[in-house]
Amino acid sequence: MRNYKFHADYHENQQMADQRTSQFFGKAGTYLFLGIMAIIVIIPFYWMLNVSFQSSNEVLNSMNVSLFPKVFSPQNYVNVFFYESAAQGNISFQRYLLNTGIVAVFSTLGGTIFSILVAFALARLNFKGREAIFAILLATMMIPGEMMVISNYITVSRLGWVNDPGVGSYLAMIIPFLVSIFHVYLLRQTFKQIPNELYYAAKVDGCGDFKYLWKVMVPMAKSSVVTIVILKLMGTWNAYIWPDIVANEKFKLVTTWLRSSFVDQAGTGSGRVLTNYQMAATVIVTVPLLLLFIFFRNYIMSGVSRSGVKG
Amino acid sequence: MLDHKKDRKAWLYLAIPLFLLSVFTFYPLLKTVLISLFSQYNSLTDSFGGYFDLEAYFVIFKDPLFINSLKNTLLLVFVSVPISTVLALMIAVALNSIKALKRTLQTVFFLPYVTNTLAIGMVFSVMFSHPLVGGVVSEGLINSLFGLSIDWVGVTATANHWMFVVFIYTIWSALPFKILVFLSGLQSISKQYYDAAKVDAASRRRVLTHITIPLLSPTISYILITSFIGSFKAYESVLAVAGSVGRALDRNRWTAVAYVYDKIGLSGLDSNYVSYYSRGAAAAVVLFLIILVFTFINLYVSKKSVHY
Repeated sequence: MRNYKFHADYHENQQMADQRTSQFFGKAGTYLFLGIMAIIVIIPFYWMLNVSFQSSNEVLNSMNVSLFPKVFSPQNYVNVFFYESAAQGNISFQRYLLNTGIVAVFSTLGGTIFSILVAFALARLNFKGREAIFAILLATMMIPGEMMVISNYITVSRLGWVNDPGVGSYLAMIIPFLVSIFHVYLLRQTFKQIPNELYYAAKVDGCGDFKYLWKVMVPMAKSSVVTIVILKLMGTWNAYIWPDIVANEKFKLVTTWLRSSFVDQAGTGSGRVLTNYQMAATVIVTVPLLLLFIFFRNYIMSGVSRSGVKG
Repeated sequence: MLDHKKDRKAWLYLAIPLFLLSVFTFYPLLKTVLISLFSQYNSLTDSFGGYFDLEAYFVIFKDPLFINSLKNTLLLVFVSVPISTVLALMIAVALNSIKALKRTLQTVFFLPYVTNTLAIGMVFSVMFSHPLVGGVVSEGLINSLFGLSIDWVGVTATANHWMFVVFIYTIWSALPFKILVFLSGLQSISKQYYDAAKVDAASRRRVLTHITIPLLSPTISYILITSFIGSFKAYESVLAVAGSVGRALDRNRWTAVAYVYDKIGLSGLDSNYVSYYSRGAAAAVVLFLIILVFTFINLYVSKKSVHY
């Protein structure tokens, strides 16, 4: 189709010329539209960085906004990292980071292992009630989590975990959300695609179910498993409402730290909010997510297009 | 004999996860419904009390705060979902038609997805900031840019203003997922249709309305269902944008989910002798029913109009 040779005189063939110009304007318009939308998408990131590098003096006293920091102050990041306020019980960022790390490790490990076990049983093993269990899981997947929150709070508080100044706080944040039905579903679909012949061949070679699962199935479903791990990690990093309700002050997560107020404690004594510290904190919370995205771009995108659930 | 052994083995895999799901997913589901129906449920002793009625439902529908939070939620859903869907579709179609810069732009448009809802919400709140006392600090980016002096999200902000910022933020953060799904939908449309259109010299608009959109309708209906469900559950975004840092969200800015969360941890009965927990549970059930109805409407409409 492309090799046809036209000997057209565009001066005479006005219609064709029109088509070409309209195509050119179409292309230009497309790029213009995409460019404007891209700028709108970028602006919040830019503004976050801009304000995070401004000096406290500029944030508190300047009479006009500036597109670049007047005094470049990377020191903000150090200050925010070690910021402790008496109003928040003198808990530093490192403590929140430690809490988030502990919750992330255990809920990711436990959640992934349990999802693998259930998905394997549902995809590979034959037993009574398999279809019924799968149907119940599918039906529950549609129900919003807010339906469970109220009762779960009662359960967790009767277990003595709410506001517990110890392991209880961690348990309250980890256990209720350990098994995600969506992740089970995702893995089961992947496991289903692995041909039965492999299973029977392994059986003949004397490989047990459990060994088959870890030596054959999990490596073959590696990309789904990695996707689940990343979604779990992102979920913990972003979790706010539930951890903030159940955990003891000293056991809350980085999101709580993010929403704590960074107030001017210096001699000015005005107690005004330091927006530059706040924005430095949001940068600190955002950067790990962006790094995760850079390294695992394809896993995240494939997981997202199959899930539709954020966080 | 063999069957039993096999069954037992399968249950070894399932036992712990299913136990956890039962305790923290299946059981609370039923219990929430029960709590909403026993209007004097006592959260401290976990006893249901003797009143099995619909009192909690009557009370929340007479509660102006609940009506208001429901109104906020519905507004948010019906403004942000259509706008973000149309915008995402336009961006996806545009992205699909270009070659240069495609991958770069795709990455840019995906960025809002890999962020923290609270963090970027706070950035929006800063962009739309307005000094409480004039003449001390400058206006925020948006006010300065357009020469305005409006309190968008602060304490004195009107419902229209803070809602506007929440709309923008919700649309901004809803775009990536939709663009991603639309793009993969567009790529699965067979090239043949477009070639045929070219032969017929169909205009770009005609190609869009007569080929792309009809063939994309299953994807569009999927997007609509998931985003309706998602935005009915909005809370954190409103909290981040319109809630002042370090404090609880203003009661007039509650969404339905915020109303439910507010009742957690409150014990005892309100002035109508209905327990706070029953009210929260009733609100959760109402929210669930609304989502259910909308999902069914969506499914019904798409069954009629979706072109497979």
